[in-house]
Amino acid sequence: MAFIDYYKVLGIEKTASPKDVKNAYRKLARKYHPDLNPNNKDANTNFQQINEANEVLSDPEKRKKYDQYGKDWQHADDFENQKHQQSQSSGSQRESYSGGSSQSDFSDFFESMFGGAGAGRGRQVKYRGEDYTTEIHLDLIDAYKTHKQTLSVNGNNIRITIPAGVENGQIIKISGHGGPGVNGGPNGDLYITFTVANHPTIKRLGNNLFCNVELDLYTAVLGGEITIDTLDGKVKLKVKPETQQGTKVNLKGKGFPVYKNEGQFGDLQVTYAIKIPTNLTDKQKILFEELAKISKKE
Amino acid sequence: MQTEYLIAIDEFCAKHEIDISFISSLKETGLIEITTIEETGFIPVDQIQQLEKFIRFYYELDINIEGIETISHMLQRVDALQDEIIQLTNRLRLYE
Repeated sequence: MAFIDYYKVLGIEKTASPKDVKNAYRKLARKYHPDLNPNNKDANTNFQQINEANEVLSDPEKRKKYDQYGKDWQHADDFENQKHQQSQSSGSQRESYSGGSSQSDFSDFFESMFGGAGAGRGRQVKYRGEDYTTEIHLDLIDAYKTHKQTLSVNGNNIRITIPAGVENGQIIKISGHGGPGVNGGPNGDLYITFTVANHPTIKRLGNNLFCNVELDLYTAVLGGEITIDTLDGKVKLKVKPETQQGTKVNLKGKGFPVYKNEGQFGDLQVTYAIKIPTNLTDKQKILFEELAKISKKE
Repeated sequence: MQTEYLIAIDEFCAKHEIDISFISSLKETGLIEITTIEETGFIPVDQIQQLEKFIRFYYELDINIEGIETISHMLQRVDALQDEIIQLTNRLRLYE
C-alpha cells in the first residue's frame, strides 16, 4: 500500500487555501469527469484519484490528520483512538462529484487512514453507482444468430440475450446492472463492447457479406452449377458460360441479419477466382495446344 | 398505441433537489424536450439519463447552460466519430 501525495494529485502546494483546493479540484474534475470522457478508463482512474484527494484536502479535519500522519499513515489508528477519547463534532458540508463513478473506489491508503468512503460527511448525498464495462468476444457464426449468454461481472452472473447482427465494436448498455448506488442513488449501467472475430473465408461489412469462390477453368468457360457454403447453409449457384476472373455475383438476402430487425438480411457478394489447372496430362496439353491454334486462327 | 412514460417536472426537481428554472433553461436551449399535459410539464423517461448528466455538469462541475450546450454538441460529435472509426475499422477488416 503506497503513500499517495494528495497535494501532488491536485497540483497544489501544502499551503494551499481551501479555495485553492476547491478550484484545483473543479478544474481537474472538469477535465477528467467520466461524463466528459466516455469509455476512457484512464480518465476514470484519474477522476477517482482527484475525488479522493478532494475528499481529504477539502475536509479540515481529514486534511489535518493527513498532514500530520501523511507518510506515517500506519500510525493513523493510534490517532483515531486518541480522537475517540475526545468529543468530536465536525459535520463539514462538502460533496464529492459523482458522475457515474463509484465512491467506494477509494484507495487502500485512503481506507486505511480514514475508514470507509464518505466518513464524516455532513450531508447524505445520493450517488449513482459506477458504470461497469466488459467485453464479449464472438465469432461471425455466433453473431449471426440470436443467442443467450451468461456473463460474470464483478462476481454477479447476468444472463443476456445477444440479438443477431451485432457488429464488431458495437457497445450495448444494460441499464441498472452496474455498481450499486450509494445512499439510495440509482445503480450504474453495464456497457458491453462486442468484438466479432473475422471468419476465415467470409468477410463482413455492415449487413453485407463477401466471399471469394474458386471456379475451375472449365466451369468458368462452359458454365455450370456450383454449390457454395454460406453462414445459412449450402447454396446452389448457376455459373454463366465465359465467366471472367473477378466476376461478382450478388445473392440478395443471403447476407448478415439486420440488428434488431427480425427477418431482414443483407446481401452476400460472391467473387469468382478462376483456378488455372495444373499438372496437366499429355492429352490435356495437346488439347490446350489445339485450342490455342484454333483461337489464333480465328 | 405506444405508451409514453413521463415524470412530472416538479416531482423530478424535488427528488434531485434542483430548481425548476434549470429544467426550463435546458428546454429553451433545446437540450431536452418537455411534454405538457393539462398545464403540467413532464419529462419523458428516455431523457432522464441525459438530464441527470446535465445536472452533474451544472451543479457539480459549475458549468453553465451555454457550456452544457457546447459540451453536448461536442459529445455528440465524439459519438459520431467513434461510430465512424468502428465502421472504418470494420471496412479495413475486409482486406485482412
